[in-house]
Amino acid sequence: MSSPNDPRLFRLHADDNVLTVIAALLAGETVRIEGTGFTISDALQIGHKVAACAITAGAKVLKYGAAIGSATRDIAPGEHVHTHNLRSDYLPTFLRENQRAYFAAQQEHA
Amino acid sequence: MTGVLRSDGRKGIRDFTLVVYLVECAHHVAREIVVPFREKGAQLLGFPGCYPNAYAHRMLRQLCTHPNVGAVLLVSLGCEGFNRGELLAEIRANGRPAKTLVIQQSGGTRLTIDEGRRWVADALNRPTASAEMSVDELIVGTVCGGSDATSGITANPAVGRAFDRLVESGARVVFEETGELIGCERIMAARAARPELAPELIACVEKAARYYTTMGHGSFAPGNAEGGLTTQEEKSMGAYSKSGHSPISGILKPGDIPPASGLYLLDVVPDGEVRWGFPNISDIQEIGELVACGSHVTLFTTGRGSVVGSAISPVIKICANPETFRNLSEDMDVNAGRILEGAATLDEVGDEIFQRVLDVAAGARTASETLGHAEFSLVYKSFEPLGPACLPHG
Repeated sequence: MSSPNDPRLFRLHADDNVLTVIAALLAGETVRIEGTGFTISDALQIGHKVAACAITAGAKVLKYGAAIGSATRDIAPGEHVHTHNLRSDYLPTFLRENQRAYFAAQQEHA
Repeated sequence: MTGVLRSDGRKGIRDFTLVVYLVECAHHVAREIVVPFREKGAQLLGFPGCYPNAYAHRMLRQLCTHPNVGAVLLVSLGCEGFNRGELLAEIRANGRPAKTLVIQQSGGTRLTIDEGRRWVADALNRPTASAEMSVDELIVGTVCGGSDATSGITANPAVGRAFDRLVESGARVVFEETGELIGCERIMAARAARPELAPELIACVEKAARYYTTMGHGSFAPGNAEGGLTTQEEKSMGAYSKSGHSPISGILKPGDIPPASGLYLLDVVPDGEVRWGFPNISDIQEIGELVACGSHVTLFTTGRGSVVGSAISPVIKICANPETFRNLSEDMDVNAGRILEGAATLDEVGDEIFQRVLDVAAGARTASETLGHAEFSLVYKSFEPLGPACLPHG
């Protein structure tokens, strides 16, 4: 049976709206998702996620069949899903480049 | 497999002589005592703090009486708060040869090192009793560190498969780090072996969420995001898959030994108000807590590539990411990244991990043992005793 998805994209659960990259993708490459071709805009390393379908701002992002956070903007099929368009429903995600803002938020909290 | 029989009836898969510093001020002397015996079965661990702490005392008692430990030399400066007399009595009551050297009473650094080395040399030459050992006598822990998004796709679910086989074989298995289970607490509670355990499982994770919120920082490190993981919940679901599919038999706190075959959650987050800083400052202390719960072997999954081992109990490293495996292959025991390349299935890697546990229990050295890793870390914490719903009865 041929999968409707590119073999470099791995679906962990039938309910998921994101797929995991399991072999590096180059910018400009075309990948097949649910039988439709999409162009990858930025190079993606193993472990990153792309949208399996359109995800509207505020909707839950599902992986392992479970919510891993909420979309912060509308996400198109095939688009990279990461900290720029997905946020945790529990704890903010710490990134080195936003350390200053993160420490400021800790000060406010304390 | 053949184990080492201890006088309390427990069986070990290694036979180490521990040299234990009871305050950071005794660390150098203890380390110097161990140096000539590093390849001969002596290991170094200890507690850096000068102020007494019930958790640290219990941890050292459980570690010094672990079935992989045959003899213990305590090294005290002399004025620290640790109750060295009580610890020595507890180790001896458990049937282990043990001695305390107090640097202030032994003529200082050089004389204490000389006396310590003479004692360790004798301890390593003592006879041991061996006994047949089977898989249902093993306790196996699991931890993940340096995770990336491959951890939750390959190594963690493969360890889950191995855990299922170990439980079917009658072993006791332990997973942990409630702070890394935030977001999947209700999915976990549905696997409670007894109805009264389910709210305890949820409460454990809620405690961790409160603790990490107060600290203002989760277990999520910048390297996790660089590896493609976006949120704490996403990391949690990946970490959770290490537990496999067995019912959850109970909850442990550091130093509690699982009472019967089955799968246990180790609650590593301190009880009460937030007092001591981050629950675990690194993966090393988590491994130490699994060992204090009696783990003979620890299964360590890593995507980015951790190289650590542990004092007392061997660490089997299962590499999730095939690129990391190629880069760090000498540090890894199992290449779970083959799953991503279509070269193996989750079930096949799970079977390989199960077999590797049996081989290591029978004496095969792990990658980190071969490279001399024997890390240890212990800092302040406080815990209340387990509630009555946490453990199976009878």
